[in-house]
Amino acid sequence: MSVGAAKIPVVVTEVVEVNSLIKRFRFVREDGGQMPGFSGGAHTVVEMDDAGTRRLNPYSLMSDPGDRSGYEISVRRDDTGRGGSAYMHREVRPGMKMLISPPVNLFGLDLRAKKHLMIAGGIGITPFLAQMAQLDAMGARFELHYAARDRELGAYMPELSARYGDRVHRYYDAEGQAIDLTTLLAGQPLGTHLYVCGPKGMIGWVLKTAADLGWPAGAVHSEEFLAPPVGVPFTVELAVSGKTITVGAAQSLLEAIEAAGVDAPYLCRGGACGQCETHVIACEGEIEHNDHWLTDDQKAGCRHIMPCVSRFKGAKLVLER
Amino acid sequence: MSLDDFFHDETFFGDYTFKNSPRAIKRFPFPFPEDDYMYSVNMEPHVPGRPGSVFEHTFDVDEHYVAEMRDRARVLRDDPLRCQSLPHMTLAGWDLLELIMESFARDYPQWFSLTKNGNQWHWINRPLNIDQKFTFLDESTLPYGPMEYITRQAQGDFTLQDQRNDNLWIEAGMVTTQADWSLDFDIGMSFHEWHAPVPKAHEMGVFDRALKFLLQLQHGAPVRRFNWTMTVDPLLDTSPENYPKWGPGKTTLTKENIGQRQHLRVELQTLFRLPRSNAIAFPIRCYLCSFEDLVTQPKWARRLHRVVRDLPDELATYKGFIRNRPLMVDYLSQFDDGAPTSPGWWPDE
Amino acid sequence: MSKTDFGPSIKSRPVYGVLSPRPGSSHLIVANGEGGAAVEALFAQAPEMKAKAHLIYIPGANGTDMSTAMAALGAGQYNRAPTYASVRSRIVKVLGDGHMGLQVYATGTESLMGQVQRDAMEAGLPHDAVQTEHRGSLARRVQCVHCKGITENVTTDPFVCSHCGLNLFVRDHYSRRLAAFQGVNIDAEDPGEVPPAEERFK
Repeated sequence: MSVGAAKIPVVVTEVVEVNSLIKRFRFVREDGGQMPGFSGGAHTVVEMDDAGTRRLNPYSLMSDPGDRSGYEISVRRDDTGRGGSAYMHREVRPGMKMLISPPVNLFGLDLRAKKHLMIAGGIGITPFLAQMAQLDAMGARFELHYAARDRELGAYMPELSARYGDRVHRYYDAEGQAIDLTTLLAGQPLGTHLYVCGPKGMIGWVLKTAADLGWPAGAVHSEEFLAPPVGVPFTVELAVSGKTITVGAAQSLLEAIEAAGVDAPYLCRGGACGQCETHVIACEGEIEHNDHWLTDDQKAGCRHIMPCVSRFKGAKLVLER
Repeated sequence: MSLDDFFHDETFFGDYTFKNSPRAIKRFPFPFPEDDYMYSVNMEPHVPGRPGSVFEHTFDVDEHYVAEMRDRARVLRDDPLRCQSLPHMTLAGWDLLELIMESFARDYPQWFSLTKNGNQWHWINRPLNIDQKFTFLDESTLPYGPMEYITRQAQGDFTLQDQRNDNLWIEAGMVTTQADWSLDFDIGMSFHEWHAPVPKAHEMGVFDRALKFLLQLQHGAPVRRFNWTMTVDPLLDTSPENYPKWGPGKTTLTKENIGQRQHLRVELQTLFRLPRSNAIAFPIRCYLCSFEDLVTQPKWARRLHRVVRDLPDELATYKGFIRNRPLMVDYLSQFDDGAPTSPGWWPDE
Repeated sequence: MSKTDFGPSIKSRPVYGVLSPRPGSSHLIVANGEGGAAVEALFAQAPEMKAKAHLIYIPGANGTDMSTAMAALGAGQYNRAPTYASVRSRIVKVLGDGHMGLQVYATGTESLMGQVQRDAMEAGLPHDAVQTEHRGSLARRVQCVHCKGITENVTTDPFVCSHCGLNLFVRDHYSRRLAAFQGVNIDAEDPGEVPPAEERFK
């Protein structure tokens, strides 16, 4: 179960089609009270009941942290995934009651920074929307470089330019525009912090370029939206609870453990925070580590697994749950 | 009961007129659930506890409130460096101000009130005669920065820790009732660094486990634990800065005055995740009780004797009372007939 | 692995490394005393970094002066300064004008490395971005916790605070922000009872 405070019962008040792939959802508290304040970069875990299959998906809060009347998230539809985003797009309507977690932040701003440089790709724009609102209210220095496939998919680009002016730089792949990353990074004043959120390949490119140019690791921050991948079903023995479960193709190991009524700690549900780390008692086969948490040694060693995003192929897997 | 009747007019310095009422003695947070003591992480959820106890409410405001705030103001006049906030921690200071104001107004409506109209807030603190209108998030509308402003009205020390790079960094604090550590020196350190001087605990992995736990502390799910040490005279300001002034006090304890002068000093430590800054607030609430008052509770008398007698030298040294331990054991042994003590720390009825 | 063995200590005691060339747009190298040898070793590993290097050398308080050798190394910019205090404004300006990609190296005494790290942190660099290598004297900067004055070049324990005159014992507890170890009054409880000073930090 989630480490910490109780879930928030909410009502969906708005569902807006932002473009052909993205929908925006607004939640207000069912009891009419104020939402908890949050720090830019935080996410909430949204609980879904998809015809009997319980899913919990994390989504960055994109709304202004100063607006406690409600929370907003934007969800990009992924037709090849487990079905969580498809569910959000297909089923969620205004008036629907849902449960969301209090905010958790694994991608926070370093408020000591003399300047915040943000690089966003596609749906990776969402945490920056909240962060820029926060920084703007504080009078802090920031700059956004935002790349999207084309104008149709460039969610919120016009609004961002209207609100933040020259601080927003837009790039459309389809028009042959690309961030001149080397020039951009080399010219930043000492004391700048760099934040990147977007597709895996973009994050990898930005991190490598920054390292090659001599940016210290402590000044570079990234968040990848890792969704548990679809895979092949597999069987798992839960030694402590004495149960044997089958993990479906479009179900994460963590979801399967929860569906069996076994409590397992979690926080981010995206392979980044370490909370769901589970000890492997026996392993005959190969663990598919999809997380960012375990060390390379741990991944090679077969004694640890992050059930929120990782899977297994083989004859036998026994977990300490 | 009028404010004057409830809140003591007493000193924690000079003539030391501090005294616990019988009610205060009975609710004193005696920190030993067993007859011996060793470090542990020992955190539990900070949920409303036994009515009348020190953790019935989110923050405990007791009969010493007004006198303690007066003592804090005195310490700060002498040494402004006891309250510092690195510039990026101002937002965390606002989070703390909101937490304390909302809690006080909710739990002690007879003494505190908070009314909000958007960001225009109106705060009334009757015991301290404060009536303040201000704009939340605008420092220019308060006489001090937000952390200093509110902690001048709340008992105990406070530190604010920024969370970055899988670590916690102590980067703001109001520290005037500390058990011998310096905010001015420690500010900017990481979790393991500022705990570096504590003997034994690092090898035991206490701080590794504590840090891992705190990194995932969530808003709305605070935790609490206790810590303890010994102080001669009811002196709150046992700072390293003033050690040349209070150190000599340890050398004038005698069999005759130890009951009155030797105090058990207990810290109720709570930990809260703050919403807008994602920082962690760490209030350290200090309670003092003299040996002669403690021994009025037979279970506490027996147990305190055993704990003090059997504590490893290293811990007694680190907690600063190795010098007076023989005197303390001598005094307390009068009250220990060897009988078994019940588990837990509540006094027997 | 540090060349100097400081022995086991507490978690707040700084630990130093060995200088190695890192990719970067420019290199600010500050050395004192025997640290000159670490600079020679650094340039030997990567001669191509010399052109983009700004080297500042301060003779050691113990008399070691490698200025001649440092001047001949061929750094793009070279400056010899008598003390850290005298060259601090230059360092602060270089950091202030710097861009991300500037690499900072500090080598020599703990006092020198601590002050470079402090100034780099104030300029916005993460503290662990500064490379350090200890060479030479073990003398310490110590802050008196009572009067807040910092005494330079402390070699004995206990010692007398150069500001307020109290007898202080030297702890391993260290503050990066102040770039100093902590000194605490040793005879508070028994005034006058001061153990003989031992030369612990030669």
